[in-house]
Amino acid sequence: MTEVKQLVQDLADQFGRSQESLLPILQGIVTKEQHISEDAMIEVARELNISAAHVYGTATFYSFLNTKPLGKYVIRVCKTITCMMHGKNQIIKELEAVLKVNLGETTHDGKFTLLETNCLGQCHKGPAMLINDTPYTELTPDKVREIIMMYRDKELRVN
Amino acid sequence: MSDKVNLRIDNIAVSVEEGTTILEAARKVNIRIPTLCHHEDLCVAGNCRVCMVEQKGSDRLLPSCAMPVSEGMEIQTNSLKVRSARKQIIELLVSEHRADCTRCYKNGKCELQELASEYIIGENGFIDLVPLKVLTIDNFSPSIIKDDSKCIRCQRCVRTCDQLQNIGALTVAYKGKDMKISSFYEKPMYEVVCTNCGQCVNRCPTGALTEKTYLEQVWSAINHEKKHVVVQTAPAVRIALGEALGMPAGEIVTGKMVSALRRLGFDSVLDTDFTADLTIIEEGNELLQRLKKVLVDGDKSVKIPMTTSCSPGWVKFIEHTFPEYLDNVSTAKSPQQMFGSLAKTYYAKKIEVEADDIVSVSVMPCTAKKYEADRPEMRSSGYKDVDFVLTTRELALMIKQAGIDFASLPEDEYDSFMGESSGAAVIFGATGGVMEAALRTAYEVVTGREVPFDDLNITPVRGMEEIKEAAVKIENPLPEWSFLDGVELKTCVAHGLSNAKKVMEAVKEGKVDYHFIEIMACPGGCLGGGGQPIPTSPAIREKRSQAIYREDSMKPIRKSHENPEVLQIYEEFLKKPLGEKSHELLHTHYTERNRY
Repeated sequence: MTEVKQLVQDLADQFGRSQESLLPILQGIVTKEQHISEDAMIEVARELNISAAHVYGTATFYSFLNTKPLGKYVIRVCKTITCMMHGKNQIIKELEAVLKVNLGETTHDGKFTLLETNCLGQCHKGPAMLINDTPYTELTPDKVREIIMMYRDKELRVN
Repeated sequence: MSDKVNLRIDNIAVSVEEGTTILEAARKVNIRIPTLCHHEDLCVAGNCRVCMVEQKGSDRLLPSCAMPVSEGMEIQTNSLKVRSARKQIIELLVSEHRADCTRCYKNGKCELQELASEYIIGENGFIDLVPLKVLTIDNFSPSIIKDDSKCIRCQRCVRTCDQLQNIGALTVAYKGKDMKISSFYEKPMYEVVCTNCGQCVNRCPTGALTEKTYLEQVWSAINHEKKHVVVQTAPAVRIALGEALGMPAGEIVTGKMVSALRRLGFDSVLDTDFTADLTIIEEGNELLQRLKKVLVDGDKSVKIPMTTSCSPGWVKFIEHTFPEYLDNVSTAKSPQQMFGSLAKTYYAKKIEVEADDIVSVSVMPCTAKKYEADRPEMRSSGYKDVDFVLTTRELALMIKQAGIDFASLPEDEYDSFMGESSGAAVIFGATGGVMEAALRTAYEVVTGREVPFDDLNITPVRGMEEIKEAAVKIENPLPEWSFLDGVELKTCVAHGLSNAKKVMEAVKEGKVDYHFIEIMACPGGCLGGGGQPIPTSPAIREKRSQAIYREDSMKPIRKSHENPEVLQIYEEFLKKPLGEKSHELLHTHYTERNRY
C-alpha cells in the first residue's frame, strides 16, 4: 500500500467515513504532508465513497488546505484593509527582496513560500503575518528581515 | 383546511399549502418572477438573487425561490426597489459573463440574455470583469463543451450531476471572486468520471455548458456530390422536436420530421426504431440464452441479472462505477450503433453505394451518443459506423436554418429498407420501454402466446416512478423452453443514474434477485435526454411520455419480432439472432474505466 493510501485510511479510521469526516481528514493530510496531492484526494474520495470532484471543491475552498506543494515555511501576509493601511505592501516588498521570490512563489531551496491571506484578526497590531502557525505582528521591513534571518539560522543549525 | 396559508402577491389573494415558496405561490396566480439558479428538477439554491421580492413591513428583499410563504404576507414582485435590485443583479451577473452574445451557440436561447434584454441593462452597467480573469474553454470531449467565461455560477449543473445523476463530476471550487465550476483537479471533462449524459447541458441557463455541434460537418456531407447521406432518428426525437420549433410539448411530429429531413437533403431517411426492434431480438435472445446457461447448464461464467446496454450514459457509468458488473451488461450494441454498422454494410450493398461514400448521421435526444459513436469499438463496418450525431436541438436548428416552416409541412413516411418499426421500438424512448418491448417478444418466443397484459400494455413498467419492479410468471412454455416453466421472470426498471446506483448497490449486496434490469441514464428515459429541447421539466417529461405511448398504441405492429423488415434482414443477411454476422456487427464489449 502506498504511503498516502495508508495515511488516508488511518485518518478515516480516526475520524470516520461520513460527510463530516471530510474536513478533519483533509486537515490531517495537510498536517502530515503539508499539501493535499491529487492521489491523496482520490484516496479520500474512495474512503468516503464520494466524488473526487467534491473533495477537490472542499479542499480548494479553504485557504489553509494547500492543494499545491509549498515550502517548508509558508508565509501568509494579511492583505485586508487595516494591514494594508499599516503598510503591508512594504512588508511584501521587503519579503520579496529578502527571499528573492514574487508573491505566490516558493524559494529555490524549497524553504519559503510567500502568500497573502485574508484577515488574521490582528488588526490592532497590523501589519501582521503568519509563518506556518506562528503569528508575527506590528511588522516593519527591518523586523521582517530579522525574522527571516532567524528562520534561515534555524535551518542552518538543523543541517 | 387548516394548513392553508393565505397571502397577497401584487395585491392578488393567494391560498397555498404550507411550505410552498413565494415563487410557486406567484406562479399559481400567473405572476412570473424571473429565475436563473432555480430549476424544477433540482433543490433550492437561492444563489443568483434574480428572484428577489419585497415583503411589506420588511427592509430586506427576500429570495422568492427559497422563502416559504407565511400567513398574511404581502409580497410585491414589481416594486421600484425590486426592479432596481433585480436590474443591478442582472448587470452584476453580466459583468462576470463573456457577453459575446452574437457569436454564442446559445444566442437567442440563453436565459441570462433574455433577462438582460427584458430589463434593458444597457451599457452603463458594471466593469466587464471577464478580461481580468483566466477562464478556460474545455472542448476536448466529443459531447460536451464547458466554457467558464460564460458561467454565472448558478450551480444548476453541479446540483444536476449530484442529485439527479449521483456522479458529482462537477463541483464548486475555490471561493469569492475565484469561485468556479470545476471538474476534479480542473481536468478536461473527457478525462474525469463524466457519463456525457448532458443533463447539465440541458439545465445550463447560459452557454457555459453546451453540446459539441456537428452541424457544419453534416451540411458539408449533404452538399457533397458523391456522398450518400443516411440519417436515422431515435424514438424520442419525434415526440420532442416540435417543442424546439414552437409547438407545445407532447406533440407527435414523426411525419413532419421525415419530410423536413428529406427537404434538408438527406438521401435516405431511416429510423433508429428499426434497429430498436433488432436490438430487442438480439437482446431478448441473449437474455434467454443466459437464463438457459445459468439455469440448465449451471455455467458460472454467464452472469445474470442482465442489464440493458442502449443508454450510452449508463454504459459509461457502469464502466466507471461498477466495473465488476461489466459481464452483466448485454453485449448487444445500442440501436444507434447497430444501425451504423448495418448502414455501411448491408444497407450500402442493398442500395449499391460504396460504404466509403456513405455518411451516416443520427439524430438523438442525447449527448452521450456523440461519445458512443466515437468509441474505438464502434467501427465494425470497417469505417466509423456513425459519422455524426446530432441532438434534437441541432436538428431543430438545421430546420430553422433551411427556412422550413415546420408546422405546415406535410406528413411523410420513412424510406424503406430500415425505416419500418413496431410500437415496441417507439417506447424505447420512455423509461420502462425497452423492458416492455423485450417482454412482449421474449414471452411470446418462450410460450408462443402474447404477454398476459391488456392490449400488450405492460403498465407496471410504465410511469415516472424512480425504480419499478415487475414479475412475469412463465407458464406452459413451448417444449424447448420447458426449463422456464413456472419461473417468475423478475425485472427492474430504473431511470436517472442516482436510481441506477441504488439498483446496482442492491444487486451488489445480494438484496435482489432480478433476471433483467433496464437502466436509462436520464430522468424519464431518452424522452428526458440531455439532447432534448430546453427546458425539460417533470410536466414536460410527462407529456412526452404520453405522446410516446400514444404513438405505440397507433402502430399497426406492436411487437419487435413482427416487424417485417427485421424478419427480412435475418433471412437475407443476419441469418439468426446471436449468429456469426450478429456477433460481428451488432454486439460489442466494455472497458473498465477510472473510478475517481
